[in-house]
Amino acid sequence: MNPRLNPKLYTKKVELAAARSGVGQGLVEAGKRDKNIVVLCADLAESTKTHLFAEKFPERFIECGVAEQNMMSLAAGLAREGKIPFVASYAVFSPGRNWDQLRTNVCYNNVPVKIVGSHAGISVGADGATHQALEDIALCRVLPNLIVLIPCDALEAKKACLAAAKVKMPVYLRLTRPKTPIITTPRSPFKIGKAQILNPGKDATVCASGPLVYDSLMVAKKLKSESISVEVINNHTIKPLDKKTIISSVKKTGCLVTVEEHQIAGGAGSAVLEMLAENFPIPAERVGMPDAFGESGEPRELLEKYGLCCSGIERAIKKVLKRK
Amino acid sequence: MASKELRKKANLIRQDIINMVAAAGSGHPAGALGMADIFAALYFKIAKINPKRPNWPDRDRIFLSNGHICPVLYATLARRGYFKTEELATLRRLGSRLQGHPHRTALPGVENTSGPLGQGLGQACGSALAARLNNKKYHVYCVMSDGEQDCGSTWEAAMFAGKNRLSNITAIMDRNNIQIDGYTEDVMPLEPLRQKYESFNWRVIEVDGHNLDEFIGAANRARKIEEKPVMIIAHTVPGKGVSFMEYDYRWHGKAPNGKEAKKALKGLNAIMDKLK
Repeated sequence: MNPRLNPKLYTKKVELAAARSGVGQGLVEAGKRDKNIVVLCADLAESTKTHLFAEKFPERFIECGVAEQNMMSLAAGLAREGKIPFVASYAVFSPGRNWDQLRTNVCYNNVPVKIVGSHAGISVGADGATHQALEDIALCRVLPNLIVLIPCDALEAKKACLAAAKVKMPVYLRLTRPKTPIITTPRSPFKIGKAQILNPGKDATVCASGPLVYDSLMVAKKLKSESISVEVINNHTIKPLDKKTIISSVKKTGCLVTVEEHQIAGGAGSAVLEMLAENFPIPAERVGMPDAFGESGEPRELLEKYGLCCSGIERAIKKVLKRK
Repeated sequence: MASKELRKKANLIRQDIINMVAAAGSGHPAGALGMADIFAALYFKIAKINPKRPNWPDRDRIFLSNGHICPVLYATLARRGYFKTEELATLRRLGSRLQGHPHRTALPGVENTSGPLGQGLGQACGSALAARLNNKKYHVYCVMSDGEQDCGSTWEAAMFAGKNRLSNITAIMDRNNIQIDGYTEDVMPLEPLRQKYESFNWRVIEVDGHNLDEFIGAANRARKIEEKPVMIIAHTVPGKGVSFMEYDYRWHGKAPNGKEAKKALKGLNAIMDKLK
């Protein structure tokens, strides 16, 4: 068993937890360590789990109302005075609605504001397309100075939150809504910009971001019985991308599948393929939303419908293997 | 500094604005000229600042929300001693610290990056809130335009400041009645501005933005008002001091050519002579 991985990962007993809960706990811990941490929220304290911080540190919790644009500007103002502000909302609103403030007030100013975009991806479920952020990685990864993180589970979300609090730069932290399998352990390493090979392989590389890392690992296990050896990378940092780990993996396997809960245009897959096109071009397939808006439904139903699941990943691997 | 001396400073700032914008061949002269008196008062009389220590932690913060009037900011900072006046000629040039819209880390004395409208007051609120959390006594000024009262984000910030009783903020609105597409009341009617801010839990003081004693009195009063943020609505003349630019919205974002600049400087020099 890979010591980075939850011992129960490949069993039916694998624990489930929401990434946003991990960040909720991370914020409380960060708040204890550093009194300059402040949390801003736009009328979504419980959904974003920032209510945990609010209960512990009411004087450092700033309720902004449904005013995401002002929330981002406020955070920039606080950050320039030495505070470390976390702004939390749904990703469609932040960095969706307030992208201009993110760009000018935060990134161009290069002040250490941390943007927590919860409810990203189609797994938002029943709320439907309006609330399913499928464009936020694209919006964020084009901004100079901004670090973009996509934790794969609740434990990693907590670590990403603590790492974001320490780094003196703006950070976007992308989270999904539902409870998803715990892939890592409390002791698994997490370092911004350092992707992890969670399953070594030699025939194909799967570079996944977010909770779909779990599905990718399940597919790798299944294909092992078909004598296909799949290397699975947890690509949790989209910017700065871990070029070294990704390039050395595809040099070994010769083909790649990227996996994410985001539009295939402009997301994590695009980031990886842009980099490889310049460094080591190989056949590749992207698993993601096919230039479409989502819809209402149960998270699992939606993920299956759009192929953001084991069967979709398996299809992509078999397709790319034929192109080698 | 006596108000006559301040008027001389404002005149020099206006001359700088004309020279800078004419040399750059682009920029926004009307709003900049209209705010020269207020900038002279803020930087030479009202605000607690130290040009030798631009990052002094206890300095008053002066945010500029409508960044396009930055020629007046740059000229004032140079005249106040933040950098040499010779550098003003580099406005909008490649490699210059005087960007077309101001950038916080580029130039000492610039407190915030601005250009996209409606974002200064929110940042000023963040700074004011930080002062409260950090037990700091500095005062936060936010210079705004009337055109950016069109922006929803301005009112988000106004609501936040009212809710949190950010009495350490004094906002100063340049009520010059013009914006790019025409007169404000034609483009998007703003009145009644006083009642709007009062209903957002602000104290409002209206002044003639070219009457220095009146403005300084209002700013001093504003610092003493507790429990509420203060909006000073400063009625100004766009293009003030340059006869052919005054009141004309077409000079919002157009540079004078060489001949026009010469004429403008002649007029400003005549005003200066009367001050001596």
